[in-house]
Amino acid sequence: MRTRQWIWVALAGFLAFSTAALGTVYVVSSQAVHGVTATQIGGPFTLVDDTGAPVTEKTLAGKPYAIYFGYTFCPDVCPTTLLDLSRWIKKLGPDADRLNYVFVTVDPERDTVQSLHTYLSSFDKRIRGYTGTPAEIAQIARDYRVYYKKVPTDDGGYTMDHSAVIYLMGPDGKFATLIAYQEDDASAIAKLKNLGALTPTS
Amino acid sequence: MRPISKFAAVSVMVAAAFPAFAQGTGSSIAVEQPWARATPGGAKTGAVYMTLDNKSGTADRLTGASSDVADKLQIHEMKVENGVMKMREIAGGLPIPAGGSVALKPGSYHVMLIGLKKPLTAGEKFPLTLTFDKAGNISVTVQVQAMGAAQDKGGMGGMGGMQDKSGGMGHMEMK
Repeated sequence: MRTRQWIWVALAGFLAFSTAALGTVYVVSSQAVHGVTATQIGGPFTLVDDTGAPVTEKTLAGKPYAIYFGYTFCPDVCPTTLLDLSRWIKKLGPDADRLNYVFVTVDPERDTVQSLHTYLSSFDKRIRGYTGTPAEIAQIARDYRVYYKKVPTDDGGYTMDHSAVIYLMGPDGKFATLIAYQEDDASAIAKLKNLGALTPTS
Repeated sequence: MRPISKFAAVSVMVAAAFPAFAQGTGSSIAVEQPWARATPGGAKTGAVYMTLDNKSGTADRLTGASSDVADKLQIHEMKVENGVMKMREIAGGLPIPAGGSVALKPGSYHVMLIGLKKPLTAGEKFPLTLTFDKAGNISVTVQVQAMGAAQDKGGMGGMGGMQDKSGGMGHMEMK
């Protein structure tokens, strides 16, 4: 009798957990597809940037920011997105400085401070790289509802599945909108411009 | 006779000017415009793109590749599904239908270079050997394009990505 009760409790717990896990992925998916806004994206974090300096959410406070999660072993979608972002930053002209731009690695085991710095030197210098311990990266990914997963390859290496969208966050660290993978220039630039307009004038 | 030799001379000139246009022409698979994108600083991976034309009446498969520029090469498929990027090695190789062609391009299939010995720089070239199930080995020369290149500059124009760039979020729904 007691055992049976415990089984039910365990089962209910498991179901609740898996529903929550699925829910997280679903939230990201539905936003990516339909542009649904969510209020619970973002939050405090502790990481290091690509110069080795410690960074937290306070480092970004006061300016809106574009934040993207990827990894440097990514041969296609990450360089494409960082190139797109670099082009948009250039096209924004002086407005570009109203925002911060951040690339957070989802592969902290391979992406060190130095390798992030070298990698980002090929893109617009305003894009900063953030890395941290696997636990710190897991935390920020959870807070930003970013999906990422290590996928082992036959040769003993691995690749990463990861969300391929750019999150646009307001100066208060609250989620504003998303830029989809390979979104057209006009639309992406308009979003960045709107976001930049949120910069408080001091 | 004379117009033909003129044509031949022009052909030779064109071939000399665009060495990467179609390679492996003696075999049943033609490899068109193999190119790679220049890689960011310190990058350990890269991708090679091309179009494979199967001129024979039998289906073939691209099963592997080798090159001195990287430790390992694999045939990959990349896709963005519901906003999530997924990349996988294609088990059993990439099928090339009889009389058909398959495009390896950004956002889709590519030959992945793993463990790059040095970054790929725009303007340089490197040799690549492709292995096919039926056609055997075909050696080609890969042209490295600027990082922002979506497609080989000698290509047919259009954009390299497989997505429709026109829409907002809707185009993420690709399968």
